[in-house]
Amino acid sequence: MTQSEWPLWEVFIRSKQGLDHKHVGSLHAADATMAIQNARDVYTRRLEGISIWVVESKHVHASNPDDAEAFFDPANDKVYRHPTFYDVPASIKHM
Amino acid sequence: MQVAPSETSALNNYVPELRQQLFHYVLQLADTSLILGHRLSEWCGHGPVLEQDLAMANIALDLLGETRSLYQYAAELEGKGGTEDDLAFLRIATEYRNPLLVEQPNGDFAATVARQFLFDNFHYHFLRELHASTDERLAAIAEKAVKEAAYHLKWTSEWLIRLGDGTEESRQRLDQALASLWRYSGELTTPTATEKALQAAGIIPDYAGLLPKMEAHLNHVFQEATVPVPQGVFMMTGGKEGRHSEHLGYILAELQYMQRTYPGMKW
Repeated sequence: MTQSEWPLWEVFIRSKQGLDHKHVGSLHAADATMAIQNARDVYTRRLEGISIWVVESKHVHASNPDDAEAFFDPANDKVYRHPTFYDVPASIKHM
Repeated sequence: MQVAPSETSALNNYVPELRQQLFHYVLQLADTSLILGHRLSEWCGHGPVLEQDLAMANIALDLLGETRSLYQYAAELEGKGGTEDDLAFLRIATEYRNPLLVEQPNGDFAATVARQFLFDNFHYHFLRELHASTDERLAAIAEKAVKEAAYHLKWTSEWLIRLGDGTEESRQRLDQALASLWRYSGELTTPTATEKALQAAGIIPDYAGLLPKMEAHLNHVFQEATVPVPQGVFMMTGGKEGRHSEHLGYILAELQYMQRTYPGMKW
């Protein structure tokens, strides 16, 4: 018996039309076709989705947790980047 | 899977003889899904990988859903006040009408895939035609089940190709599976006297019409799998008329244990 592990795939499911595909988990499969079929069997058994994306996990590049402070903390005090920071003039309609 | 009961008056449209034949035939369909579903459920927790374990359990549950609708209809056709459970759990082996193919042991994964492919290739093409049945109840059951069967056939076709055109070992296992299971494939499309009567009445499709579509799909899949289509094999029949292999008794012993030991037990 040949022992070789199938590669890991990340699974993204769109729950309904108009919503984004959302990461739901991962699974093993020999190729993309099998990964989509496996995702159907593992992650859409309870009507969770209408569309499936799979990406081989090795193609996902993640930020380094050690960079978290430098990456994300500077955004902490920049409230002016939120639209709610600005008062809308009374004469502007339909906002 | 629940299909709303049609008007009871529709049942009375059948003359007693045809109604009896339809009863036996609906039992045949129900027994087929029950036994194959049970076989697949034996894989639960034993699949080669988690994902395929789930896939087989999913197919088993689809078949069980179809089984329930069919036994419910059969109980109504019988008209003796029995339930789906009575029909599923309280008959003896010679009263079961499933074809021999579906009671064959799971064997290895290749044997299960081969058995399932041979069945799905019939089941899917059959349900597509049954959808046009003059019997409203069967047509409704077929409409629901055909979507499930389409996925089953896709799954088994993929796996047959992977195993056939895979490694030396997978190919050898698939060859062995086909060598032992092919002889049971012909029964699916060999009509019994009951089936001929129902075909003549327009209640079920003529199998001759299914064969070209089944052959086209099978030839395509076998070609992709680089597996030659077996030729000149003597076809075993008899299951649909209650003549079974020794395997069915063992299946029923396990399947019926609870109802036989604790009669009338409910979950």
